[in-house]
Amino acid sequence: MPSDVIESGRLDSPLIEVIGVSFGYNQLEVLSEVNLNIYSGDFLALIGPNGAGKTTLIKIILNLLKPKKGEVRLFQQKIKEFKDWPLIGYIPQKATHFDPLFPVSVREVVAMNLPQARWFDFWTKKMKEEDVLRALQVVGMENYIDERIGYLSGGQQQRVFIARALVTHPRVLILDEPTTGVDAPTQEKFYDLLARLNKEEGLAIILVTHEIGIINRHVNKVACLNRRLVYHGTHGEFCQSDFFRQMLADGHHMIFHKH
Amino acid sequence: MEVLWSGFQYGFFQRALLAGLGVGLACALLGVFLVLRKDAMIGHGLAHISFAGVAVGLFFGFLPLLSALVLTVITAGLLIKIRQKAGVYGDTAIALMSSFGFAVGILLVSLSSGMNVDLFAYLFGDILTISSLEVKISLALAVAVVLVIIFYFRNFLFTTFDPEAAQVAGIPEKRVEYLLTVLAGITVVLGMKVVGLLLVVALMVIPAASALRIARNFRQALVFAGIFSLSEIFVGLCLSFLLDIPAAAGIVLLGFGIYLIILFSQSRFRQRS
Ligand SMILES: Nc1ncnc2c1ncn2[C@@H]1O[C@H](COP(=O)(O)OP(=O)(O)O)[C@@H](O)[C@H]1O
Ligand SMILES: [Mg+2]
Repeated sequence: MPSDVIESGRLDSPLIEVIGVSFGYNQLEVLSEVNLNIYSGDFLALIGPNGAGKTTLIKIILNLLKPKKGEVRLFQQKIKEFKDWPLIGYIPQKATHFDPLFPVSVREVVAMNLPQARWFDFWTKKMKEEDVLRALQVVGMENYIDERIGYLSGGQQQRVFIARALVTHPRVLILDEPTTGVDAPTQEKFYDLLARLNKEEGLAIILVTHEIGIINRHVNKVACLNRRLVYHGTHGEFCQSDFFRQMLADGHHMIFHKH
Repeated sequence: MEVLWSGFQYGFFQRALLAGLGVGLACALLGVFLVLRKDAMIGHGLAHISFAGVAVGLFFGFLPLLSALVLTVITAGLLIKIRQKAGVYGDTAIALMSSFGFAVGILLVSLSSGMNVDLFAYLFGDILTISSLEVKISLALAVAVVLVIIFYFRNFLFTTFDPEAAQVAGIPEKRVEYLLTVLAGITVVLGMKVVGLLLVVALMVIPAASALRIARNFRQALVFAGIFSLSEIFVGLCLSFLLDIPAAAGIVLLGFGIYLIILFSQSRFRQRS
């Protein structure tokens, strides 16, 4: 199995370990015996058809759902004992599905994620300004700091959500289909941004996606999920696998089949 | 003007203003969160439960405000449990609860003679007859609600805007929902004294709805909702004193008028630009 190959011989310990995780909603089994490790510096594409259980697996990693079997370890700790949630940045699939009339500024959206933020940090301009501003600079949205988030384009909103995740200086960033409904050139810039964060800051990234196009350019690992983990390996191996060829054959089905 | 000035000297008018402004502020701030959570009708449902609580108080001779508080806060907790566990649709749970509360109220009225008048006052509000003990309780609780909102500001905002990300950030989302609902229960009981059961949801929704139309950020939304609520209650009470109209009607109609003005000036502005 490729996952054994790439994981043996690593000296550093994984940031995230998914160990034999099974899960089902009521009777319906969604995940079966999934094993997956995420290391520092990984840029992992988690791919698979609709309903494959990608979102479910992410939610288990984030302790939003409890696995029926198996366990998740975060930074060497049992998930129940894990307290350092700021180390994990998360951008939900539904992040940009908020009510566009929600009166919240870019500054407030980013400041929300600061654990130490108190009410006055939202009210005064000086407090916590540096953290918020720096995170917005990383994604190139600092000029929009006082804009109402609902007035921004989908691509700009995604950048703000990245800034919201980055403000706590995470070591892992998890994005669930972040570019649904965003046009192609904007997507391209968005993935360039992620690749830069991955290379320059060593940020580990788990990117759930439908689009196999992008995984060719930026990611260094691929995990393909369809209830079970049907493939897990480096990107190079993935491109040579029978699995990839088969996927290309069904390729357009996977790319264009949106919810 | 002199009539109004003399009004400020009256104890009953001072008490009404004091309680009205405090309760109005708490309702409006909480209302911003409830409206954004698409949960504004929870105020209406809980108001029906507090109606039953008032009836219980009048029937057994407790202070109605207290029996209503106890019953409403307990029900608010149950409501959340039902929603989170059984997956009953939110509005169905509220409809079940409102009719149950109202039925209990009606039953108790029919069992006793002479409490119809008192209960009537809770249906339509009787802020001008508020007692000084009730003023003290109302003000203390209103201040407490405002302080809780300030203290948990980040948790309330984050869970309202993005519940999933908030949970991942370590915020106990369910407990926040529970707390908000209990606060809603408390403010509803207090608001019932000001404008009555049938209009209490207006105290929560109207200032918030107006503020949400013009706020550019969340801070402004809260500040505007507070300002709208305080001025509507102040002017509404003055009008009710001067023109001898029901205070509840004055407050709510004024608030609705402000909302309409904002709505129309905005749509005209949009057309031009
Ligand atoms: N809350 C839920 N209750 C019941 N079934 C669900 C729920 N969420 C997802 N499912 C089902 O679980 C399966 C996997 O869903 P999901 O993890 O969202 O897949 P993906 O993100 O890969 O598209 C699907 O068949 C979906 O219908
Ligand atoms: Mg999904």
